[in-house]
Amino acid sequence: MAFKIIASQCTQCGACEFECPSNAIELKGEKYVIDPKKCTECKGVFEIQQCASVCPMPKTCVPA
Amino acid sequence: MDSATWEKIKDHPCFSEEAHHYFARMHVAVAPACNIQCNYCNRKYDCANESRPGVVSEKLTPDQALRKVVAVANEVPQLSVLGIAGPGDACYDWNKTRATFERVASEIPDIKLCISTNGLALPEHVDKLAEMNVSHVTITINMVDPAVGEKIYPWIFYGHRRYTGVDAAKILHEQQMLGLEMLTARGILTKINSVMIPGVNDLHLIEVNKWVKERGAFLHNVMPLISDPAHGTSFGLTGQRGPNALELKALHDRLEGGAKLMRHCRQCRADAVGLLGTDRGQEFTLDHVPLEPHYDGAKRQAYREVVARIRDDHLEAKEKAIATVASANIRGSLQVAVATKGGGRINEHFGHAKEFQVYEASQTGIKFVGHRKVEPYCHGGWGEDAALAGIIAALDGIDIVLCARIGDCPKERLMEAGIRATDTYGYDYIEAAISALHATEFGTAPSQATA
Ligand code: SF4
Ligand code: SF4
Ligand code: SF4
Repeated sequence: MAFKIIASQCTQCGACEFECPSNAIELKGEKYVIDPKKCTECKGVFEIQQCASVCPMPKTCVPA
Repeated sequence: MDSATWEKIKDHPCFSEEAHHYFARMHVAVAPACNIQCNYCNRKYDCANESRPGVVSEKLTPDQALRKVVAVANEVPQLSVLGIAGPGDACYDWNKTRATFERVASEIPDIKLCISTNGLALPEHVDKLAEMNVSHVTITINMVDPAVGEKIYPWIFYGHRRYTGVDAAKILHEQQMLGLEMLTARGILTKINSVMIPGVNDLHLIEVNKWVKERGAFLHNVMPLISDPAHGTSFGLTGQRGPNALELKALHDRLEGGAKLMRHCRQCRADAVGLLGTDRGQEFTLDHVPLEPHYDGAKRQAYREVVARIRDDHLEAKEKAIATVASANIRGSLQVAVATKGGGRINEHFGHAKEFQVYEASQTGIKFVGHRKVEPYCHGGWGEDAALAGIIAALDGIDIVLCARIGDCPKERLMEAGIRATDTYGYDYIEAAISALHATEFGTAPSQATA
């Protein structure tokens, strides 16, 4: 299981990138994207998905 | 003021009203990530035609920021301060803030470094800020009571989780107070920005002022909420209004005697460049700056030497003028609007002014009380009537306008609205002119000028 970013709503603030414990988020060209192979949904590290809880835009980091 | 403090503020345009006539700041938007949400902010918003705090068109990497700072330092001799002021939080998006400051400081060692923060992540970085010689910090503090804070902050992100409601506001408040105390203990000057939100925190800001004064804040800057449904902020959408100029002034007056108030803030964009009140940001967008500019401090150095020479002269003229007005012992007061482009002189044409600086001459002397933003009158021949009507409205309550030049037509229109305007004092020091004007107005000296 993994999370994904709805690019059209993203403000490109980059907060999710440095909060992600799995280094799964990267700026690719103009978009932040989550690598589904790396995303662990933060399991075992944090109780709640970091990308979703830091993101200023509602419903932008969501289950893929 | 002691001389050590004066040394710290004498070339910082925001921390010293006097310095803002001579020195310029630039902001670089390198740290867009934020750890709180404010109801007056919309992170999505970005429009090149819109000037308001936090808004920025160009987010920069630390390397791009260095390029831009060097280009500006080469071209804008007044530049003295580099600030990181949003969008986002400079302390939360820390790696980018640090990388930018380290790069710039090694290239331009004498530039003052300054940050703005909401305070949540401030305590953990205070030591490093001190080590990097960051000399000025602005903390936005809108409340000291979490019940008030709850209405301003829907959530914060702290310790790897999101908090909402009173819990969020309480943590934010505690971190802000701790951060402020830590900065004071290290001798770093602090300015507190508070956004005045009518019906939410307006009267509460009196309490905020007390708290921050007790914790050593150097300046308190109470700014009006900017709220427009078109900006898409939560407050804009719920119809929360901002205060009008009179409400803001009434609150400023009630705060007199507490922590020292800043009255010359321009609520700049997060990528503003130049003297306060002017924004040359558009001249220095990345496509306008060289790829590898080489820092050449000659212009800045030459300018500093000039300022050092003329500044004492200006200070002397200013003090004399203030003493003259105070000693005249006249009950009435005079509201004067001045068009200036810096240097403490009346040196801007009426038609080119984007703002007027307002001074009050009264029994206590001559005091700077604020500024009024306007759309310049000379905008290439169209819409002049509308612009003039706007300027007249903005100058409500002003007795006399002082400028370097003014045409007969706008002068007559102002006169019809009960506002006199004159270029008789063009290029004089502001306070000296106001003193002469005061003497003429109240008949304490032979008439020298007709308005
Ligand atoms: S859910 Fe966690 S691991 Fe996955 S992308 Fe978001 S922060 Fe990274
Ligand atoms: S935190 Fe949200 S808005 Fe910011 S870059 Fe990540 S997805 Fe985009
Ligand atoms: S917003 Fe106010 S404090 Fe900040 S740079 Fe502009 S004038 Fe100075």
